[in-house]
Amino acid sequence: MWQLTSIELYKIFRRPRTYISFAAITALIGAVQLGLKVDGQSYVDFMIGSISSLEIEGNILNGYLICYIILQMLLVQVPLLVTLISADMISGEANMGTLRLVLTKPFSRTQWLLSKFFAASIYTLLLLTWMACMALFGSMLIFGTDDMMLLKSSYIVILDDTDVFWRYVGAFGFAAVSMVAVAALGFLLSIFSENSIGPIVTTMSIIVFLTVLSTMNIPFYNYIRPYLFVTHMNNWKEFFDVQVNAENQSLTGTIQNSSRIINSIIVLLLHIVAFVGAAVVIFKKKDITT
Amino acid sequence: MQPVIEVQGLSKHFGTFQAVNDISFTVLKGDVYGFLGQNGAGKSTTLRMLLSLITPTSGTINIVGQSLSENRTGALRQMGAVIEKPDVYKYLSAYDNLRLFARLSGIKPTQQQLMQQLEMVGLAERAKDVVKTFSQGMKQRLGIAIALIHEPSIVILDEPTNGLDPQGIADIRNLILRLSREMHKTVVVSSHLLSEIEQVATRVLIIDKGKKLVEGDATTLFDPAQAIVELTCDNPNAALNVLQQSQWPQYLQPQRQSHIVLKMHRNQIPALNAFLVQSNIAVYSLQPKHSLEDYFLQVTSGAQHVATYQY
Repeated sequence: MWQLTSIELYKIFRRPRTYISFAAITALIGAVQLGLKVDGQSYVDFMIGSISSLEIEGNILNGYLICYIILQMLLVQVPLLVTLISADMISGEANMGTLRLVLTKPFSRTQWLLSKFFAASIYTLLLLTWMACMALFGSMLIFGTDDMMLLKSSYIVILDDTDVFWRYVGAFGFAAVSMVAVAALGFLLSIFSENSIGPIVTTMSIIVFLTVLSTMNIPFYNYIRPYLFVTHMNNWKEFFDVQVNAENQSLTGTIQNSSRIINSIIVLLLHIVAFVGAAVVIFKKKDITT
Repeated sequence: MQPVIEVQGLSKHFGTFQAVNDISFTVLKGDVYGFLGQNGAGKSTTLRMLLSLITPTSGTINIVGQSLSENRTGALRQMGAVIEKPDVYKYLSAYDNLRLFARLSGIKPTQQQLMQQLEMVGLAERAKDVVKTFSQGMKQRLGIAIALIHEPSIVILDEPTNGLDPQGIADIRNLILRLSREMHKTVVVSSHLLSEIEQVATRVLIIDKGKKLVEGDATTLFDPAQAIVELTCDNPNAALNVLQQSQWPQYLQPQRQSHIVLKMHRNQIPALNAFLVQSNIAVYSLQPKHSLEDYFLQVTSGAQHVATYQY
């Protein structure tokens, strides 16, 4: 299996289009960091402007906060970058005509399909790792570190700077599971098409459609909302909500609602298994007529 | 001879369309097995079923004694194939493509072995060039190198001369003969070009509209006694007179335009040529037409096509 997966990785990273995603993330993160470096104080003033009674000491606009801002912005766009590769995994082979040559070689279709999915997942993880390096380590380098202050809808969370890094590790891990779920959906759709555009557009359309459904506050949709994987994709933010003591002080090393994170991960994993399982079952019976 | 491909009662439906209808045939070890049929006859569908690219609706396929449905991987290990266009990864070089497909086949050939394989198909000098710069003929030869990289005993080539120029067609024909005679491979080659099959095949299967029409030895089907020979010369009228007053008139067929047409055994062509030259006729060409074409059109499409050579 690893042999096949390594071949698929080789193919992914020999294609110029693969690096578009890395370049896009670098450019986007760089642009945000540059903007905040040049005029970050205006952003901070706007952010805390409504809180007149707050006295602040230290570096609010530190690397941890910058990374949080970047994650909020980019985790909407990253699914598109992930889909560019995952939705091309099978349809791209059909489009190039290589599918029929590849499948005359002596290995099982299931093994090949799984190796392709693993390769797409590894690409996704590498993309997120690159994003983490740029957004977290890059911001820490440029803006330094300090306690992290987050404005929630009705309260403020202040995290000690020694209590932040592990939360980012968890958040990026959670984002990885989310993005692999997106990759799995794109992967499933790619077996139905002989060009890449169809599955890429369809995957993004499904994500947009389900996101709209999951944010609509209509009772009918409340029943299905917990079962939609997009509902759970934003729950990486739970890593940055802490438990408090009687004096409303943050308890270091705690998460306010860890069960929500676990529940979301289970739902996302179930979706991954369902998407990939369906892809295997359908592809095994598929006639290769391209 | 030992059978290496045994097909029994093979059928394939795509919805209501029946692409292949109850075909049975056997390919023997060492055969160059010509698979003939018009476009849409079901050749590619049948070959794809042999390679498990398409699942048969019914029927059985055994490859070197192994059931394809029960031991797909084992059966595929015995076969190498190029189906229709030889599409490979255009952004990789010929060498990298070959190495990649070797690894997909579960083998790790050395650099020397890979270069030898490219040498065999005449691509060693272009080994490091990306495939998108290759001509169709070069891609076809690379496809054959990829098909052979895991040393299969059976090679399946689907329309290997499609889109090639005359030199490319000749290269592929020579390669097929080499695979059979020097490398002792069993070759299954499909084509709608009768002349191509006629020149390489030892046994032939003709199908039409998904049905098997005839299977047999090429030597029997391509009866050399039935060769149609076209004579082109400086003075057709003089040549016709000379022929009618000699021992040749029984071979004459109705004349077509400026050509004189004879129906005779191929072996007689040199004697005919010598006779004409002695009779002071300047012979431009004596071209045997393909007897298989007559036969093929007879069995596939009925009598209206047979009229091709009945003037």
